[in-house]
Amino acid sequence: MKLKKILPQLLTLLFIVLIFGFFTMNAQENMDTRGIEFGFGFLKQEASFDIQFSLIDYDGSMSYARAYLVGLLNTLLVSFIGIILSTLLGAVIGVARLSPNYLINKTASFYIEFFRNIPLLLQIFFWYFAALRALPMPEDAPLIFGSSFMTIKGLYTPAPVWNNFDIFLITLIIALVIIFFFNKFAKKKQEEEGKQYPKFLISLGIFVILPALTFIIGGVDLSWSFPELKQLALTSFTYEGGMGIPPELIALTLALTLYTATFIAENVRAGIQGIGKGQKEAAASIGLTPSQVLKLVIMPQALRIIIPPTTNQYLNLTKNSSLAAAIAYPDLVLVFAGTAMMQTGRAIEIVGITMATYLTISLAISLFMNWYNKRIAIKEK
Amino acid sequence: MFKYVKQLTSLVAMVAVLFAFTTETMAAKKSKTLKNTQKKGFVRCGVSQGLPGFSNADAAGNWTGVDVDVCRAVAAAVLGDANKVKFTPLSAKERFTALTSGEIDILSRNTTWTLSRDADIGLTFVGVNFYDGQGFMVRKSSGITSTSQFKNGISACTNIGTTTELNMRDFFNSKGISYTPVAFEKADEVVAAYDAGRCDTYTTDKSGLAAQRTKMSNPDEHIVLPETISKEPLGPVVRQGDAVWEDIVRWSLNTMIEAEEYGITSANADSMKTSENPQVKRLVGAEGEMGAAFGLDNEWNLRIIKQVGNYGESYKRNIADTGILPDRGPNQLWTKGGILYVPPSR
Ligand SMILES: N[C@@H](CCC(=O)N[C@@H](CS)C(=O)NCC(=O)O)C(=O)O
Repeated sequence: MKLKKILPQLLTLLFIVLIFGFFTMNAQENMDTRGIEFGFGFLKQEASFDIQFSLIDYDGSMSYARAYLVGLLNTLLVSFIGIILSTLLGAVIGVARLSPNYLINKTASFYIEFFRNIPLLLQIFFWYFAALRALPMPEDAPLIFGSSFMTIKGLYTPAPVWNNFDIFLITLIIALVIIFFFNKFAKKKQEEEGKQYPKFLISLGIFVILPALTFIIGGVDLSWSFPELKQLALTSFTYEGGMGIPPELIALTLALTLYTATFIAENVRAGIQGIGKGQKEAAASIGLTPSQVLKLVIMPQALRIIIPPTTNQYLNLTKNSSLAAAIAYPDLVLVFAGTAMMQTGRAIEIVGITMATYLTISLAISLFMNWYNKRIAIKEK
Repeated sequence: MFKYVKQLTSLVAMVAVLFAFTTETMAAKKSKTLKNTQKKGFVRCGVSQGLPGFSNADAAGNWTGVDVDVCRAVAAAVLGDANKVKFTPLSAKERFTALTSGEIDILSRNTTWTLSRDADIGLTFVGVNFYDGQGFMVRKSSGITSTSQFKNGISACTNIGTTTELNMRDFFNSKGISYTPVAFEKADEVVAAYDAGRCDTYTTDKSGLAAQRTKMSNPDEHIVLPETISKEPLGPVVRQGDAVWEDIVRWSLNTMIEAEEYGITSANADSMKTSENPQVKRLVGAEGEMGAAFGLDNEWNLRIIKQVGNYGESYKRNIADTGILPDRGPNQLWTKGGILYVPPSR
């Protein structure tokens, strides 16, 4: 009896092992005849190529492992910004789709149909090449927000120059920890005594006041470095100082956000529509204000419908960010699965590492979203 | 009577089949790639995604260029028809994996012969069909006429996965200039970004610069600076591990170059069979057994010259007459002041 149950599983396992074994042996043999070696030692070698944009210290004299890290962080950066922005935009468009106002409603649905149905790569090219050509050269760029310049070579903004940044950072973390425990305490009080604290205001206060104190007594100091126009040649200019955000990052973020927001908007619409009218009316009838109805009754239920498909969109956005290679944004694929693979010839190792990395990022996002979903889910008592 | 004719033809057919079979197995014993190529009926050749003069497809999908001609020469040699080539356009990043994974059998795509590529990653370079070096292109209006005018903060557009990326770093480092590399996967995007003003300079092989310039919205607005910052010997590449195939590709290229040296052209090749000079006769299959070692017939080289032409003809047709690089520079025969020098076919 038991055997009958296990046997199919055993056979499947055997099958998988055999297939895997066959491919490994085959690859091994092919690599042998072509004199290709397998190993990860190359990661320690000097990369000897430079990367345009990096969140950490990097230059070509560092290792391939370091170049990998640069690419990974760039992927995480564009994914993170993209996820935040597309969620905000998606939520707005999704709610707008349900608006009784004809114009708002139709604009939202036009937006969704338009951006959802054009291939993402085309949109990336559009934002990069069409928008790029429309941007002014550095010397002609108008001042925006009093201190920044949007040019064909990127967005140049003032950059913060910190003194004792670590003290500031540690204080910020302490503030967050205090806020966490305060909220726990407030919740308990509410459950036990029905007492309601202005949780948000107090938290915000702690978050602002503690770090601010470090400026007064902690020796923390912040000044700004401003971008200044520099002439490279007769007709060629750039900006020096400040912070340069490459146009590749801007175009990619824009394209990913506008595209993914359409899907999130549809999820939001479906989520809100999924909650029965009766719920709203019942909540209002027991005296909750409209914002309380939304916060305490509608959203907790709608989110249960919204979150799982939206998690998928987060994963898609992260994976889609690898289209970066087309427009020279140095993400993981361009830097590692592109340049590093080409310069070392270690195709199998590098593709393996890259795949494992994307898998890990995807799993991490899924785990986080599942955790969040569980946390906000209505607990059946 | 009729009966016999029928029997005779079937006998002839049988012998022919048997013969074809034996020759095929003989060649096959020597080279798996050759066998597969003959079975498929076309040479699988990796080229660029469009580099005028080197490998470029017209609107009808016909490929031309000096890199293309190397593959055509091999097709003429092993299949008897220079047109039996299947071209696969590859970006710089894709090219080596396409070759090592067996998607193509020859990579003839302005690829620089370097130690690490030759020794480390399962490739074998068979020769050089264009001696080149890396250069820089700038907008004329910038007033820059030499790399010595480059300043800190300059941005340079280029392709990823190239020697260019590495040389550029060496160059700017040695000059102590800080620069922003903007590296794309595909050449068309490099050109478009530079053309739009994203970068102050565009750097790659000088041949590449000359070729890509023809694609810009206004070629006359750009100049290639005189400095050459590296050696870029470009040549065809094969997978490591098939020595006979490697030899076939090498000697197909050598044949084209040596044919020029001996004045053999596509027009006069047939008449050269009766030449007084034994070396000329060897190059047109009229003396010696020059194909046997490859598992080929004796006129393999004659077909190359007749169908593709010698190196000089190929250069003139693709690079000089198209105005890309009218001057042959180092890519002239050693007998005429250049450095093209190949071992003798004998
Ligand atoms: N010779 C260099 C560079 C070769 C290269 O890819 N150059 C680019 C820039 S001109 C190119 O040919 N692109 C043409 C294409 O991708 O179609 C190398 O082997 O790494």
